[in-house]
Amino acid sequence: MTRFARNRGALLGLLILICVVLLAVFAPLLFPDSPWKMVQRPFLPPLAVEGMPLGTDTLGRNVAAGLVYGARVSLIVGLVSTAVALLIGIPLGALAGFYGGWIDEGAMRFTEFFQTIPSFALAIVLVAILEPHLTSITLAIAIVSWPPVARLVRAEVLSLRRREFVDAARLAGLSNMRILFGHILPNAMSPIIVMASLMVATAILLESSLSFLGLGDPNIMSWGYMIGAARTVIRTAWWLSFIPGVAILLTVLALNLIGEGLNDALNPRLARKGR
Amino acid sequence: MSTALSIHDLAIALPAGADRAFAVRNISFDLQEREILCVVGESGSGKSMTANALMGLLPDLVHVTEGAAVFEGRDLFSLPDSARRALRGDRIGMIFQEPMSALNPLMRIGDQIAEVYEAHNRFTPAERKERALSLIGEVGLPDPEKIIRAYPFQLSGGQRQRAMIAMALALDPAILIADEPTTALDVTTQAQILELIKTIQQRHGMAVMFITHDFGVVAEIADRVIVMRYGDIVEQGSAAQVLEAPQHDYTRALLAAIPSDSVPEPHPVTTAPVLEVRDLRKTYVTSGGLFKPTRSVTAIDGVSFTVARGEVLGIVGESGSGKSTVGRAIVRLVEPDSGQILLDGEDMNALTPQQLRHARRRVQMIFQDPYASLNPRKKILSAISEGPITQGVPVAEAHARARELLDTVGLEASAAERFPHEFSGGQRQRIGIARALAMDPDLIIADEAVSALDVSIQAQVLELLRDLQQRLGLSLLFITHDLRVAAQLCDRIAVMQRGKLVEIGPVSDVFLTPKAEYTRNLLAAVPGADWGNRAATAS
Repeated sequence: MTRFARNRGALLGLLILICVVLLAVFAPLLFPDSPWKMVQRPFLPPLAVEGMPLGTDTLGRNVAAGLVYGARVSLIVGLVSTAVALLIGIPLGALAGFYGGWIDEGAMRFTEFFQTIPSFALAIVLVAILEPHLTSITLAIAIVSWPPVARLVRAEVLSLRRREFVDAARLAGLSNMRILFGHILPNAMSPIIVMASLMVATAILLESSLSFLGLGDPNIMSWGYMIGAARTVIRTAWWLSFIPGVAILLTVLALNLIGEGLNDALNPRLARKGR
Repeated sequence: MSTALSIHDLAIALPAGADRAFAVRNISFDLQEREILCVVGESGSGKSMTANALMGLLPDLVHVTEGAAVFEGRDLFSLPDSARRALRGDRIGMIFQEPMSALNPLMRIGDQIAEVYEAHNRFTPAERKERALSLIGEVGLPDPEKIIRAYPFQLSGGQRQRAMIAMALALDPAILIADEPTTALDVTTQAQILELIKTIQQRHGMAVMFITHDFGVVAEIADRVIVMRYGDIVEQGSAAQVLEAPQHDYTRALLAAIPSDSVPEPHPVTTAPVLEVRDLRKTYVTSGGLFKPTRSVTAIDGVSFTVARGEVLGIVGESGSGKSTVGRAIVRLVEPDSGQILLDGEDMNALTPQQLRHARRRVQMIFQDPYASLNPRKKILSAISEGPITQGVPVAEAHARARELLDTVGLEASAAERFPHEFSGGQRQRIGIARALAMDPDLIIADEAVSALDVSIQAQVLELLRDLQQRLGLSLLFITHDLRVAAQLCDRIAVMQRGKLVEIGPVSDVFLTPKAEYTRNLLAAVPGADWGNRAATAS
């Protein structure tokens, strides 16, 4: 913890993320009206009218409200899809690394099957087939992002299972499952946590890209949708694309900073030295 | 005789959070021309840091804060980087402990030697090759024409170390720094490398600073000795002085901790065997690919022996002799191909996985690496009591027993609530012993259980093992590469070579009247054998 706190970038990231989370949580209190509601004249620039700090979009909707409600979608999609990806990737990688042999072969070929398809293309196809909905988007993102988790966990388990403490556990008569989940996986947690924090960032980007292409959930305001909708008016009202863009940038940056800070804190030997 | 290198008041600061502020402090010594100076100390004494400081190879965050090292009229520490780089390899050569990691695995040996010349802009490429060839011949590598084209992985450990020495010799340095160059090698190879270093030192008239933890090696090659502890020099003097008449208490303690060659009286073994191994075999087969043939290595080749109840049987052999595989096959961490492992008449090798899990209790193991053998995320209490709990012992009872055992192996009861990283290597090994005892096993297999420890800690752990063995009447299979350690603890010794048992008998027979040629070679290769015998007869 102290090692994490010593990293200034990571603290900044954490601060930004906390702000985003707070805005998302208190969105209904800040903006009781739906973000889809047309409240003013369209194309109001930021700070032009009281109560519309970020102006209005092409249809006269409040950009600030959209931004805050969009944060909810981004965070939910990011967290849930990462959790699902971990739920698929960790057990698969762990079993492949622990048992080896044909289980490993099978699991890794299956993983490669997903890795050979460009992940964004696969996500588009999945969302298009399943119909754009928050659940299907989250699921699609999870499905394209678990393979690296499986590979990482497999590599960690492969190196850990040769340790003498695993032999000792075996000699104690522990079952394979208890050795794997009680002794090996807890020791593999730190790289998984680091990877998960970066995966949340990637998931947010994926969701925004999908919404930008019009494959977002049509009932939910998201950052990607806002950029996509403002794309046609970028020369007359650039701020409509710029503001949600900055929101995505800051959130993703914050998550990356946190991931790096966690990495330095959890793997002190690999931390950049002497600087 | 003049001074080759003179070190004054050297202090090396460690980063905040290390166990002490300075790796070494206020040390001064001279390295004379044409002498071999041994720097001896246990791990953490600062001996390697001193060598690395001389070469400018200190890790980040560690700095020389004070002192000077005068070499050829210049202070090494105040030279600019470029000047030091020019000195490295040219006037000062270095060889390392682990030749596999010190050599570039993707470069041919000849190219690596030639690169030393290239780095210092000497000679034409043709001359470089010529010289590499003659160096390879000089360090006693067979068939230089072939070796020059070989990659490091194609050489044995001893050959790699010879190649490293050839690289260090390339530019005929005035000083050679050797940092534990024989620690990773087998005894017979170690004896050859020590011989080589001595010959080369005399032929080139070099000064050698030889860093080691092993007083046997010191007795073998040192002219002068420096003993270090916690970053201080506690004693220095000629090899004869330090070895025969040590002045400082620490040196005396270190020397006393070395297992002597004096052979204990064997107890006659009368009881029934607890373990009987019959014709055990294990062959590792690497399946070949499309273009390579299958490779098979015979690790255990028809080994049979017995361990009586309350007996300590030592298995001695060099690396690759199959001694560890035998230990692991008995507990079935390795599945043997054929043979019987009878534990009180029950064949362990015939058990189903389910039966095996329950039978596991009866044979326990103490592992080599005290840092890898404890799960870093489990408290000591759960590490010790996990096994018994799995076997059905009530939790409260298992915990009480674990605390009791911590006391038995000489640790405080408070250790139970701590994590492994809070303990030293020796303490962790005690925890490993407690963990094995917790299962109330019929037989304990100690696989190189003291090899990773410093001599003084090694002596303590051996003492503990002997004490426990006598008090509890343990049956012990003690696997080691170190003949002296085996002699101290064992009743009988089995010598293994390339998967075969070449000799087995009471300790005194194996040591005093060895029957096998290989056993004689092993005994002769033990460093400082003459000195050890003299010390033993004198006392």
